[in-house]
Amino acid sequence: MLREPGLYDYSPMADRPKITWPNGARVAFWVAPNIEFYELDPPINPGRRAWPRPHPDVAGYSHRDYGNRAGFWRMMETMAKYGVRGSVSLNVAVCQHHPEIIAACNELDWELFSHGVYNTRYTYTMSEAQERAMMEDVIATIKDASGQNVDGWLSPALSNTANTIELLAEYGIKYTCDFFHDDQPQPVNTKSGRLISVPYSLEMNDTVVLYMLGKSSRHYTDILKANFDQLYEEGAENGQVMCIPLHPFLIGQPHRIGNFAEVLEYITGHDKVWVTTGREIAAHYYEHHYDNVVASLRERRGA
Amino acid sequence: MTALPDDYLKYPKRGHGMDHDRYAWSMLKDRPAVTWPNGARVALWVVTQLQWFPLDMKPAIPVPGSMARPYPDYWDYTLRDYGNRIGVFRIFKVLDKLGIKSSVAINSALAERHPYLVEAVNARHWELIANGLDMGHPHHGGMERDEEAALIKGVLESLRGLSGQKVRGWLSPVRSESMNTPDLVAAEGIEYLCDWANDDLPYAFETASGTIHNMPHTMELDDQQILIALRHTEGEYVGQLKDQFDRLYEEAATAGGRIMAINLNPWVTGQAYRIKALEEALAYMMGRDGVWSATGGEILDAFTAQA
Repeated sequence: MLREPGLYDYSPMADRPKITWPNGARVAFWVAPNIEFYELDPPINPGRRAWPRPHPDVAGYSHRDYGNRAGFWRMMETMAKYGVRGSVSLNVAVCQHHPEIIAACNELDWELFSHGVYNTRYTYTMSEAQERAMMEDVIATIKDASGQNVDGWLSPALSNTANTIELLAEYGIKYTCDFFHDDQPQPVNTKSGRLISVPYSLEMNDTVVLYMLGKSSRHYTDILKANFDQLYEEGAENGQVMCIPLHPFLIGQPHRIGNFAEVLEYITGHDKVWVTTGREIAAHYYEHHYDNVVASLRERRGA
Repeated sequence: MTALPDDYLKYPKRGHGMDHDRYAWSMLKDRPAVTWPNGARVALWVVTQLQWFPLDMKPAIPVPGSMARPYPDYWDYTLRDYGNRIGVFRIFKVLDKLGIKSSVAINSALAERHPYLVEAVNARHWELIANGLDMGHPHHGGMERDEEAALIKGVLESLRGLSGQKVRGWLSPVRSESMNTPDLVAAEGIEYLCDWANDDLPYAFETASGTIHNMPHTMELDDQQILIALRHTEGEYVGQLKDQFDRLYEEAATAGGRIMAINLNPWVTGQAYRIKALEEALAYMMGRDGVWSATGGEILDAFTAQA
């Protein structure tokens, strides 16, 4: 095992190249709904138990199922109202179980990126061949369901192997969401291809804030606005990224959706915000900043 | 850690709909609009839980609120018991004042210990929901079918005998089921389940004894969840109840009737310092036109009459 990931270089925000966004925006803002399917009775992975209770975990399963039956639609309509396209972190089995949801995403020109096959099938302990098979399945399934290439990757339930990042670069994935080290995209060191990290966020993630930290949805609203305000201020000097990762089973609850609408109204009401998708942030970064940033990192390394 | 078998990448249930046969895949937005009596927009469904946490309980799965300290844990036992002595009557007083009904989910062992509680429900012409034997006996996947069948039969015989009510609804302790629970409760005449927290309306639920329904009993707006597990303030609790109500009330203008479900644990919300928070939220709802306070059975009857 390694003592550090070795996948990115140290780069202090106080001393790095300036990033710019289209039309002089200070903040690239994207929303990443996790559209997921949790199996009632998944096979066992030695790295993680799927459910805290013995099979069947009715409370856990049904709570998540709420997202697909009811929550997704509230979330989708609210985002559409404020002109925010989703970048969907997708368990691709949703393409088979609930194609109606995928059709709605396609209709709104949302990006679909990978969140594995099911949120109850973890990458932990997969052999390289198994992980390749999973990735090929994901890429083919999203292509078939939407015509889209898979540009982004958030590992299923954030489970990784030591091979994952290298394989993503080899399969032509453009960006990973599994790193939480930065507020800007960053180059990822891989042997083949090119890969960057795009800031997703655990701090802004509804599951983390509302359940792991136990905050109320009105408090979550305050957190999201404060985070945006600070990045908007800092973005005057160097372009920032803010992502709100969501789960329809949480944000789509009747008592939360109005508070979330208030956040979208607030953020999209600023003029120097680029309301965009993960794919567009990555494409812009590759086109305008990647080479320059890589050169600057080489220089810092003394290479 | 050992390697994963290649079967880990096989997905036998990866097809349209759910990965089980209990209910059909159905999106709330596609349902026919439901109407409630007198054109009400929101059915207000308050569920009060009356539960017994025995001093010697050793539940097979984790039960929040159970004895967390070495025997004899008077701390947890007596605080839970406060709800059944003091808290419940604070809650009932608020409900009576505002003209609100409650479904009362009760452990049968508690009903037997304190028939006074059953009489208090019957005196108000409210409905009992079976909430298992006691909190030391959650249903779970490791139970033998015969053992669970006998448990359910005993619970329902007891509650029906004590109350004279039909007892149509079932809420499993801590919403935990085995794969057999729906079949076994339906075989004993239960018409609706409260365990599955995946919808805002009743929906058809398949069992070996025919189709019953699952009711949208709330897990998110459970007072124990919000105030104890998530440690929110009373003000935040009231805010969530109002936010939920406002959204449902708004949706009902175009999408058909909605159900505002509230789940109360008297040892939580029945505390002296919390009861006014509950009253504030309930008074806010009852102050609006088109709110129908009803029991689970009444809501289900109105729903199935349209299906």
